[in-house]
Amino acid sequence: MIGSIVARRSLLSATGLGPCLRMSVSVPRFLPTQVPASRRLASSQTTSVTAAESVAILNAQREKRPNSPHFTIYQPQITWLASIANRVTGSALSVALYAGSITYLLHPYFPAVESANLVQMVHDLPVWVKGSAKLLFAVPFTFHTFNGIRHLAWDVGYGLSLKGVYVGGYGVLALTAVSSIYLAFFV
Amino acid sequence: MFRPATSALRAVASASSSTATALPLAARAAAFHTSAAERFAQPTGDAPASSTGKASTMKEIKIYRWNPDQPAEKPKLQSYHVDLAQCGPMMLDALIKIKNEIDPTLTFRRSCREGICGSCAMNIDGVNTLACLCRIPKQTNTASKIYPLPHMYIVKDLVPDMTNFYKQYKSVEPFLKNDNPPAQGEFIQSVEDRKKLDGMYECILCACCSTSCPSYWWNQDTYLGPAVLMQAYRWMADSRDSYGAQRKEKMQNTMSLYRCHTIFNCSKTCPKGLNPALAIQKMKYELATE
Repeated sequence: MIGSIVARRSLLSATGLGPCLRMSVSVPRFLPTQVPASRRLASSQTTSVTAAESVAILNAQREKRPNSPHFTIYQPQITWLASIANRVTGSALSVALYAGSITYLLHPYFPAVESANLVQMVHDLPVWVKGSAKLLFAVPFTFHTFNGIRHLAWDVGYGLSLKGVYVGGYGVLALTAVSSIYLAFFV
Repeated sequence: MFRPATSALRAVASASSSTATALPLAARAAAFHTSAAERFAQPTGDAPASSTGKASTMKEIKIYRWNPDQPAEKPKLQSYHVDLAQCGPMMLDALIKIKNEIDPTLTFRRSCREGICGSCAMNIDGVNTLACLCRIPKQTNTASKIYPLPHMYIVKDLVPDMTNFYKQYKSVEPFLKNDNPPAQGEFIQSVEDRKKLDGMYECILCACCSTSCPSYWWNQDTYLGPAVLMQAYRWMADSRDSYGAQRKEKMQNTMSLYRCHTIFNCSKTCPKGLNPALAIQKMKYELATE
């Protein structure tokens, strides 16, 4: 009798069920042989490895780990989209400036890019084409300018709260819209 | 008048079962759960939803899955349908319910379920947050998507490898360094100096901010990222620490600190409402003006 209780106790503690059965009732709900399969711990084979081997196993796993998705799944927010737009507009304006300047330097060889020719060509264009072309340059120019001022404000410690960031971000967008339309169609 | 012990036991048992029938099944079951988190995630009852007074509302949740045992298989989104009437209010409740009732192979980290341990940090509907602090959106016409923290190596499903993040944290020596401890008692700090640490010491290092930062996505081998930088500044700003100059010296290179481009994804996403970008800007300002 005592022997069977001891055997039962040791089996229960081996399966980790000792405390839960002690807490509920003194009579176990299941005889040890009737413990449902879902409650029984599967006995698994273990092998011991050296420290070097375990590092090798870890590194083999690391090699195969995928990188989780990032900008394709991240919510579009004015914070990082304005930052990307700042870079794109800055790069585009720089490329346009260098390309335009170098082309203009070559006017002795290409008379089409001489000032007189350019002025005449633009003069002959319909108003909507002129306006659209100017808008194409005005939007990145004004955005980059106003956003640059926003960055300078941050650098000296202004508008660093989340509210400041959002007011500044939407403010820059509004100023960009108004000023670029003014520059494109009213100047 | 002799009553055998067994019948006495039976009487007690029948008395308890008669009261128990009045209780919902889940309430009885919950009494035996020692883990609060497990208890929290239990369904409100095995009875049909109508008996709980709530109409059943099925919500589709799509979860990023990748199994290291089949490394050749590409990561995929797996769809699960959860009845919101039978589930706790938070995304973590839904995850635990799915793991308990639908798919036990689903793997994620969780511990405190109250936003203090930082284990359940993940990307939910495009935003890095703690699953335990994120309500399940009520709209059932759109599915919610759960990804692991962005641009991290994935150990399994929603579990990212945080080794590099912790290494970086260790590198800023996040502890008080002072060679001249007071002769008696503790370091004294004024109320004003103590206030400088507010908004920084509360960080739980869940890595939501660092993994929301595009600069950290592209340069996490060399750039420390918002969470670690805020903790670096937390010790620079501490009046009791005497190693401020050395701490600042470590930041004087192009990568560690200056990959921060004031994007503010960190402050936007912080589930604790802290402002890492502000701390980083203060650090830059001090480095530039010293």
